[in-house]
Amino acid sequence: MAIEARNVSKRFGDFVALDDVSVEVESGSLTALLGPSGSGKSTLLRVIAGLEQPDTGAVFISGKEATVLAPQKRGVGFVFQHYAPFKHMTVWENVAFGLKIRRRPKAEIRARVDQLLDLVQLAGLGKRYPAQLSGGQRQRMALARALAPEPEVLLLDEPFGALDARVRAELREWLRRLHDEVHVTTVFVTHDQEEALELADRIVVMNRGRVEQIAPPRELYDHPENAFVMSFVGPVNRLGDAWVRPHDVELRLEPNGSTQEAQIERIVRLGFETRVELVRDDGERLSAQLSRDEADELELEPGQIVYVRATRQRTFSA
Amino acid sequence: MKGAGGGWAHFWDAASNPEAVAALKLTLWLSAGVVAINALSGTAIAWVLVRDRFAGKGLVNALIDLPFALPTIVASLTLLALYSPRSEIGKHVAYTRIGLLLALLFVTLPFVVRTVQPVLLELDREMEEAAASLGAGRLAIFRRVVFPNLLPAVLSGVALAFARAIGEFGAVVLISGNRPFKTEVASLYIFGRVNTDPAGAAALSVELLVISLAVLLSIGGIRRWATRHDR
Repeated sequence: MAIEARNVSKRFGDFVALDDVSVEVESGSLTALLGPSGSGKSTLLRVIAGLEQPDTGAVFISGKEATVLAPQKRGVGFVFQHYAPFKHMTVWENVAFGLKIRRRPKAEIRARVDQLLDLVQLAGLGKRYPAQLSGGQRQRMALARALAPEPEVLLLDEPFGALDARVRAELREWLRRLHDEVHVTTVFVTHDQEEALELADRIVVMNRGRVEQIAPPRELYDHPENAFVMSFVGPVNRLGDAWVRPHDVELRLEPNGSTQEAQIERIVRLGFETRVELVRDDGERLSAQLSRDEADELELEPGQIVYVRATRQRTFSA
Repeated sequence: MKGAGGGWAHFWDAASNPEAVAALKLTLWLSAGVVAINALSGTAIAWVLVRDRFAGKGLVNALIDLPFALPTIVASLTLLALYSPRSEIGKHVAYTRIGLLLALLFVTLPFVVRTVQPVLLELDREMEEAAASLGAGRLAIFRRVVFPNLLPAVLSGVALAFARAIGEFGAVVLISGNRPFKTEVASLYIFGRVNTDPAGAAALSVELLVISLAVLLSIGGIRRWATRHDR
């Protein structure tokens, strides 16, 4: 195990940030800590990095106990949500910082920094100051800076949180490829389930300072252990006791015995996907997700009566 | 004024009067001392006020502005009472250069504290955490990360303190004792000669003006260099 947090608890005054959390992260993996704000995911990351001391519990990094170890000695690279650039240093000096602190030979520093700037596609921008970079570039600089001293684990706090949607998608792709190249054990915090599902090998879902489920993305989506996970990792309809994903709602123009009557309230066309908002005759609301072709074939109109059926649904014992 | 009519030679005579030179030298040495001590203690006080928690912090914070609120002549009188041979304190620094330095330090205390404090408050703490996780110890974090970001504010404060110290009159007039070649500073020299030797007073005034302008411009230059990353 590259990282292990064992029964970690942490309070800030009355607020319980982490409540008996245990997580293991395999060497070389890319793990997401997923949860809403206040779920404790960032606190857990900071506890692993040594920037926060847990009240109880233990942290192990590469098999060695690190609970009371100073952040300087953990061999951890940390990328902050707002990148925390050293704004008085150039991009090159930022990346070189961890190596200069370790008093590596000058030639080695030069070679390593140039190689990293290449890797994060900032090769021509070494002489700029952080204020002269775009958000995405600053993010990549922070990543290069964290990777420079060759950390055993790389921790990223909401790495794409402050970027606009397009840059986000690009960087996400790029981070995945980078991880496949560099192979450093990576943990990132996100509140965006799509980001977690797309990037991670394993996802730790957190809520109110507790771990709800740890699983690979596919398993998490198909076999959520409880209602929170089900509703957090994707859109969901609640029908009585049952939970149904919008893409598991089937629409028909004729009843077939197992269907229920519903009226179309609104139709939203999002490119290739069509979302249909419905009200059932018992007053329950639900939304269905169809491909554009399916929707076109049914010639749906707002106000129209259709017949719905859940093709797959889940129930959870409370 | 007569001093303006005598040409360069006359100006130079007045300016190189040994008593004037001694007063100017003393003023510059005192101002340099004020700059150096304020740079260190002002930064330290600002640091404690922003980063530490202790009982009575609010009061200390309010007291920092006292030298601004107090008429300087009152400060001078208080210092004289505290440090004169008749005082209970037993430190007799009235009419000495140390006494002058203390008076100047008192009136310039708020400058560096008040310029550094807001910058320190706004300083991104994550920058320090990033440095720590990159392996930097506390001293290295301060030297390489915190201080370079405070430097422009320290320079601004120091420039103000220098400008104040070089021309201060009220705070030093009583405690100086005004002994030529010993405790006579430039402002007192000028004051003393306005009626008896206007040319001498004018010459030293011009020198003071030129020197303070040069010093302030160089501090401004360093400040520009220290904030180059913001442009």
